[in-house]
Amino acid sequence: MSTIQQEASRRPSVSMSPQLDMDRIIDDRRTRIIVCCGSGGVGKTTAAAAIGLRAAERGRQVCVLTVDPARRLAQSMGLTSLDNTPRLVDGVDRGNGGSLHAMMLDMKRTFDEIVEAHSDPARAAQILANPFYQSLSSSFAGTQEYMAMEKLGQLRRSNEWDLIVVDTPPSRSALDFLDAPERLGRFLDGRLIRVLASPAKATRPFTKVLNAGFSMMTGALTRLLGAQVLRDAQTFVTAFDTMFGGFRERADATYRLLQAPGTSFLVVAAPEPDALREASYFVERLDEERMPLAGLILNRVHHSPATRLSAARSLAAAETLESIPNEGLVPADANANAVTAAALRLHAERMSLGQREQRVAGAFASAHPAVPVVEVSALPVDIHDLAGLRRIGESLGGLQGKSPRIS
Amino acid sequence: MTARDTDWDGVRLHVVTGKGGTGKTTVAAALALALAHGGRKVLLIEAEGRQGIARLFDRPPLPYGERKIAIGPGEADDGRDPGGDVYALAIDPEGALLDYLQMFYNARSAGKALTRLGLVDFATTIAPGLSDVLVTGKATESARRKAHGGGYVYDSVVLDAPPTGRVGRFLNVSAEVSGLAKVGPIRTHADTVARVIKSPQTAVHFVSTLEEMPVQETLDGIAELRRIAGMQIGGIVINMARPAVLSREELKALPEPAALATALAAAGLHSTDTLAAALADELAEHARHVELQDRERTELEAAGQPIYTLPMITEGIDLAALHRLAAELRDQGAA
Repeated sequence: MSTIQQEASRRPSVSMSPQLDMDRIIDDRRTRIIVCCGSGGVGKTTAAAAIGLRAAERGRQVCVLTVDPARRLAQSMGLTSLDNTPRLVDGVDRGNGGSLHAMMLDMKRTFDEIVEAHSDPARAAQILANPFYQSLSSSFAGTQEYMAMEKLGQLRRSNEWDLIVVDTPPSRSALDFLDAPERLGRFLDGRLIRVLASPAKATRPFTKVLNAGFSMMTGALTRLLGAQVLRDAQTFVTAFDTMFGGFRERADATYRLLQAPGTSFLVVAAPEPDALREASYFVERLDEERMPLAGLILNRVHHSPATRLSAARSLAAAETLESIPNEGLVPADANANAVTAAALRLHAERMSLGQREQRVAGAFASAHPAVPVVEVSALPVDIHDLAGLRRIGESLGGLQGKSPRIS
Repeated sequence: MTARDTDWDGVRLHVVTGKGGTGKTTVAAALALALAHGGRKVLLIEAEGRQGIARLFDRPPLPYGERKIAIGPGEADDGRDPGGDVYALAIDPEGALLDYLQMFYNARSAGKALTRLGLVDFATTIAPGLSDVLVTGKATESARRKAHGGGYVYDSVVLDAPPTGRVGRFLNVSAEVSGLAKVGPIRTHADTVARVIKSPQTAVHFVSTLEEMPVQETLDGIAELRRIAGMQIGGIVINMARPAVLSREELKALPEPAALATALAAAGLHSTDTLAAALADELAEHARHVELQDRERTELEAAGQPIYTLPMITEGIDLAALHRLAAELRDQGAA
């Protein structure tokens, strides 16, 4: 056994975790929704797209719902505009009878559509023109998450796809996806906003009872925000009132969808302390909410095709080579020595990076030993075409497994 | 105090943004350390309540209050630079709101009552721009705060801002609030904050890695801020750069694996054929990576801002690593 393998068997490592079998999940017809979560910058969108492509090429009717894809990744799937409609992706192998659609979420339009669907044209126009609504629908911190869930619910209810893969909005915390819709729902249905609406509705006896606390509150809000903000909010609430119950109900229904057996959550993380800490919080939270976690995608892992040569031995060999005098060597040999020494230093760096990643991932594995893990190797180039997505899909499907490979 | 020109003399508020995963908080912390020399006092502010700064400096979670967190390096070689102090503050919207009420209405206790009623959450919810204004407001206030003697309390303030995708909205406070509040106290406050942010005293630095998506986001972010009149774009910090192990020419003409195998044998290693093949693959991949990095660097250079390059630290970031990055930033003229 080599030094590295011995070390790996002593220390906590992801090799203790069960292998996440992505193909079993996407081949299982009972899987109807896959949610990819994780903190920003870990490759969530790419993972969602790769899973969608692989599932489609294995025969599923797939729709990928993405929130904020990198431009070239979006182009690779034929998404040129943010038009809120699923588009058929060209270039997908449909030999197994599957297909791939993809769409980008337009949160404001999704919100507008809900308003239009739930009120008569005159009232809808009034709501859409309200400055408070405009601000809420385009910049409230939870709107994107709420609308992503709303869109997911719509796609699922349409029954046009047998698998929906959703990529959660880029937020600082993976938990925002679960919390924000609840927050927006609570806010829109909340008691505070109802009290706020009541002067406009002129329910005198009611306000009289609440008078003391109420005037203190509106007084404070006016002081803070100014009277006009409060008036806009009151007008909005009054116009919106008929829809309120609907909002909370819809958020709850989508939330239940996420707890249903046909849903699989995948947590995506890079092998870095911050990303794995977020992943850990998320895994614990899913457990509390009884939401079905399928496993962890450990993305951008550095592997080496020569794991048997440890960092320390590689550096020592580089030093040996560098100490050989060039005199008496033909230029080609001197050059080969120099290049080989550089390659050995490169290898040493890669081995220590890989070791650090395994150590960090090992901490996650020991805290969550039952969570299945699949590793995806770091690629030397960015992904922006279907061929690249297919390669990631192969990694996820375990074709390259956890064995050392050349990325 | 050492008289030494830096690229950002005159800037008192350094805003640091970057795509998630590029090491924005690490760079903000290194910049704060780099600025803390010659007896200077620097405040490092975390805007998003993740307690990333406390973790970087290996401290327990920071309370809402300004705490000394590190000592700047000084100049070891001339012995006259006594170093400086780095203070840290983790802002949350609630604390910032209480400060605001205290500052303008002397009404902190009323604020606390509001907090108990859940009104702070409510207020920041019905006015989505409010928390941003409060957070940027706290940062600009600390940058302008005067001591009794008349000088500034902090020589520089470094703000670890939200990621690139949201920074335009975050900083464009007056525009964000104007949609909601045309008049009123928050509007007035937002306008004051905006005047500081859109002045030569403030610069917005972007952190990127040499990968396609972060570079694209950086360029988009710079373009977005350039559309906001008065906003000063700072430097681009290339983080986690992996230096090429060989020259570009050598990488283009790599020797055959057989030649590598001979050299490996000379270095005393065994199974040299398989090893040489594996190392040749690693070298070829490195060459592709270097090529990609070069292309992305050219893209960033086209933005026309000063560029600073920080190396990848494979061992992970600790205080020693932060000092190393701070020294790089100083050497390259960022601070």
